[in-house]
Amino acid sequence: FVAVAPRISFAATDDTEAAIKAFTGGAEPATGTVTLDTPEIAENGNTVPVGVSVESPMTADNYVESVLILAEGNPSPAVATFHFTAMSGAAEAKTRIRLAKTQNVIAVAKMNDGSTFIDRKEVKVTIGGCGG
Amino acid sequence: MANPKPRVKVPKKASKGEVITIKTLISHPMESGQRKDKEGNLVPRQIINTFKCEFDGQLVFECDMDPAVSANPYMEFNAKVENSGTFKFTWVDDDGSIYESENKITVE
Repeated sequence: FVAVAPRISFAATDDTEAAIKAFTGGAEPATGTVTLDTPEIAENGNTVPVGVSVESPMTADNYVESVLILAEGNPSPAVATFHFTAMSGAAEAKTRIRLAKTQNVIAVAKMNDGSTFIDRKEVKVTIGGCGG
Repeated sequence: MANPKPRVKVPKKASKGEVITIKTLISHPMESGQRKDKEGNLVPRQIINTFKCEFDGQLVFECDMDPAVSANPYMEFNAKVENSGTFKFTWVDDDGSIYESENKITVE
């Protein structure tokens, strides 16, 4: 078994990069702090469980504002944006998403002080979930 | 379309300051706008685009959804409860319809 770097079309990468830039206000997000939880292999791309958690005390003056979820290889990379408040208690959320093919899923977290963090995970998709 | 039915799981009781987990699910096809019908025509997009959870009028959690969210959108998140009160859940459909659900919690 030889690991091969995933080949991604330029259009998808550009759209994803543009979405990240729009979310962070142009800043390059740091790694760490945010953790994306995805299965390594998704048999059914129609419903792939995705979880995200961000390390934060979640107090009134130190909390996670929002987390952007993107799927690089979908016809449109936008998936969902979670908005948290100090009343969330913990910056964690789980949902189920559609993935058209094997690709990177990306989570970008924005703190209330404006700092941003990113995590990405590859999900191998057996049957694509954008049914044509 | 059949009236979407929300299902919400909130603990009935919690202790003061506890961070509880809330699970929600609503029946909805989340038509992506990418799919074609038998005749090859594009089926127009119709999804739930926003989900919101409030506690006694204060926002706890909100989610903007795009067509990549699966049918029957599932959402799991947390809330910190300091006092007894009512959670209100709101889903907003592309066609403007609003689906709501309320759950009371007792904090001891």
